[in-house]
Amino acid sequence: MFVYYLDLALRSLKRNKVLTALMVIAIAVGIGASMTTLTVTYLLSGDPLPGRSQRIFYPQVNPSPHASTKHGPWDVMDYRSAMDLWSARRADRQALIANATVKLGAPGSGRPPLMVPTLATTADFFPMFDAPFRYGRGWSADDDAGRTRVVVISDDLNRKLFGGEDSVGRTLRLKDGDVRIVGVLAPWRPSPVFYDVRGGRYSNGDTASFFGRPEDVFVPFAAAEDLVGNDFDAFTCWAGWDSANASLQSSPCVWMGLWVQLDDAAKVAGYRSFLASYAAQQKTLGRIAYAEDTRMMGLMQWLDFNQVVPSDVRLQTWLAFAFLAICLFNTVGLLLAKFLRRGGEIGVRRALGATRRAVFAQCLVEAGLIGVLGGVGGWLLTLLGLWLIRRQPVAYADLARLDVAMFLVTFGLAVAVSLLAGALPAMRASRIAPALQLKVL
Amino acid sequence: MDIVPILSTLRRHKTTALLVVLEIALTCAIVCNAVFLISNRLERMKMPGGVAQHELIMVQAASIGQQADAKARAREDLALLRQIPGVTAAALVNEVPFTNSSWNTSIKLDPKQKLATLNATQYYGENLLQTFGTRLVAGRYFRDDEYMDFADIRNNEELQAKVGSIVITQGLAEKLWPGQSPLGRSIYLGDSSVRVIGVVAGLIRPSLFNGDASAQWSMVFPLRMDTGNASRYVLRSAPAERERVLAAAAAALRKADPHRVILDKKTLDELRDDFFQGDRSMAGLMLGVCVALLVVTALGIVGLGSFWVAQRRRTIGVRRALGATRGNILHYFQTENFLLATIGIALGMVLAYGINLFLMVHYELPRLPAFYLPVGAAVLWLIGQAAVLGPALRAAAVPPVVATRSV
Repeated sequence: MFVYYLDLALRSLKRNKVLTALMVIAIAVGIGASMTTLTVTYLLSGDPLPGRSQRIFYPQVNPSPHASTKHGPWDVMDYRSAMDLWSARRADRQALIANATVKLGAPGSGRPPLMVPTLATTADFFPMFDAPFRYGRGWSADDDAGRTRVVVISDDLNRKLFGGEDSVGRTLRLKDGDVRIVGVLAPWRPSPVFYDVRGGRYSNGDTASFFGRPEDVFVPFAAAEDLVGNDFDAFTCWAGWDSANASLQSSPCVWMGLWVQLDDAAKVAGYRSFLASYAAQQKTLGRIAYAEDTRMMGLMQWLDFNQVVPSDVRLQTWLAFAFLAICLFNTVGLLLAKFLRRGGEIGVRRALGATRRAVFAQCLVEAGLIGVLGGVGGWLLTLLGLWLIRRQPVAYADLARLDVAMFLVTFGLAVAVSLLAGALPAMRASRIAPALQLKVL
Repeated sequence: MDIVPILSTLRRHKTTALLVVLEIALTCAIVCNAVFLISNRLERMKMPGGVAQHELIMVQAASIGQQADAKARAREDLALLRQIPGVTAAALVNEVPFTNSSWNTSIKLDPKQKLATLNATQYYGENLLQTFGTRLVAGRYFRDDEYMDFADIRNNEELQAKVGSIVITQGLAEKLWPGQSPLGRSIYLGDSSVRVIGVVAGLIRPSLFNGDASAQWSMVFPLRMDTGNASRYVLRSAPAERERVLAAAAAALRKADPHRVILDKKTLDELRDDFFQGDRSMAGLMLGVCVALLVVTALGIVGLGSFWVAQRRRTIGVRRALGATRGNILHYFQTENFLLATIGIALGMVLAYGINLFLMVHYELPRLPAFYLPVGAAVLWLIGQAAVLGPALRAAAVPPVVATRSV
């Protein structure tokens, strides 16, 4: 029966090509616009660590000795707090992070030195965040303790400096010191670069930069202290700081983040109380003023707090769906016109014994067919839309690709929209009284 | 034209009529808001910089590590840059308009204040105002003997207290002391205070992270930067010379110190373009959506109009046979469309305000100006009339003889 209805639908669509084309184009354009923006939103709001994100947390304390607490803790911590929490080792895994842009030379390569974004972190970073290795591996906790001058480099940097071959064991010059490569990452593009997300609430919705690339160089935190000195990026300082004569470590500045992995709810609760007791203890020591101002968000909660999906992207999604709604209304009207025009034909079918249900099904098959055709058009337009986005100078441009899931959603949405659009006209068509139509034939 | 028969016909086609009305309403609401968003973005892109926009270029060179001779290096660099033919001014500055790196501080008008009055940006650099080409509207620029080295004062509170003067923008002055002359008044930064000696018409702050309302909250200090604490060289030249000067400047800086890394070199026009890139693409996208929406709506009206005409062929034939002219039939369909469009537009206006309220809450947009509504209405009426013309003409062409068939 379905095949027969399909055949009927094809004939009917061929009969009035202009009307058919109008409907298919309306659905295709609506689907193309909404799927393009939906794909971008989906890519930007996804879980960067599927399966593990619920175990990753971002503990914070407010190290200020006097500042107002109306904003909650700063997005990163000072050296003392971060180091104390990290070295307590109360979590299953813990990684410090601090960012710097450092001059990097590759002796013997004949290249001029580059300024590379560098992440100072600790051994747990790679297993905790599932960073994939192409060659070699990360460093060990002993390397952290021993201030060993080793680095892990990105696939991009390895291609740039060594043409993509196994560079483990080679030496690079990081600022003024030699470092040995122990690992090369495979291409790694977490979106967003979640561990660096901070300051989203000060960005006015312009958060596209969270979707850039991970750093090119990863270096043990202790070694980085020796190599980078005071050149780390500070988030903010709550008092003046003499950077020429005093170390960043003793400065009144916040510049370090701590990520922890806590494998079950009991450990999460345990860590929260540890954080609270640490802050209370520091307050007793007179170092910090607001012991109550601690916070520990989960990874996804932290991303949400920083509103990582740029507000323009959200606005575009709203717009696209409103557009789809108009295309839907349009299609309802056109289908209604099409079905009711065939009143005579439907009347004959009804008179020959077709049930209302059968007429309804036949009309829906026709609507669904339009949906599939519109889906094909919508898919092509989505590819075009994503291609246009890839040409935009935004940090997430290269991420804008259609994956299998979104490809299926495209067709699912197209058929769903057309069936929705077809339901009312089909209902009206199935209610046509046979006798009335036969009279005028 | 008699409206009553049209209404009674429409009453018999409630669903189709409702569809047209809803489509027009949604289109009206969305197009009004989208055009409003576009105009907002375009307006934002016109934000005044207050500087000689087409005459400036920036070269950013990374200073590597602590340099013992940073002050000498800076003097030498600037001397080299000023020698480039076509360069009329050069400065080494801490921040540049239309970039995303900025130095900011909270300021107070009274040292006893608990909360800061506002957060403003701090521009440092010898000869910065003259190079940027800001327009002085009151007071004066800094004298040469007023400049101090940022490297010396940054960690020396005694010296910091000696930085006595600043130049601020008119926008900041108006915010701090509405309607009064700012000259000679004091601003408190931390423990020290500075006196306003000059006011410039405008100077946009980099990185509008505090929102566009604070775009003009800029202060300029008489501080000299060196290569240890600043990396951005700004040069001024005739617009036609900029590309050549840009290349020459980068080459000169690299030659002066071969270990230097040139991070960025752009004209201020390019920086400005990049800065507003997001707004430009958003406006383009909205425009595309608006056009597509209007086309889709027009096509929908054409489709339904044709359907109605086909459905009413016999009625039209009867009317023609009873003496209606072609003009009568044409006007009938035009009036019908006008009625539907009017209902749709009325609904659309309400919806437009609703969407605008939503956007005001979630995207901090201003209220939709009232004049958008009549303009939107006129556009939709026109589109409706244009779309229905084809089907209506076809209706008018129905011959009276149709009435005699199959009645």
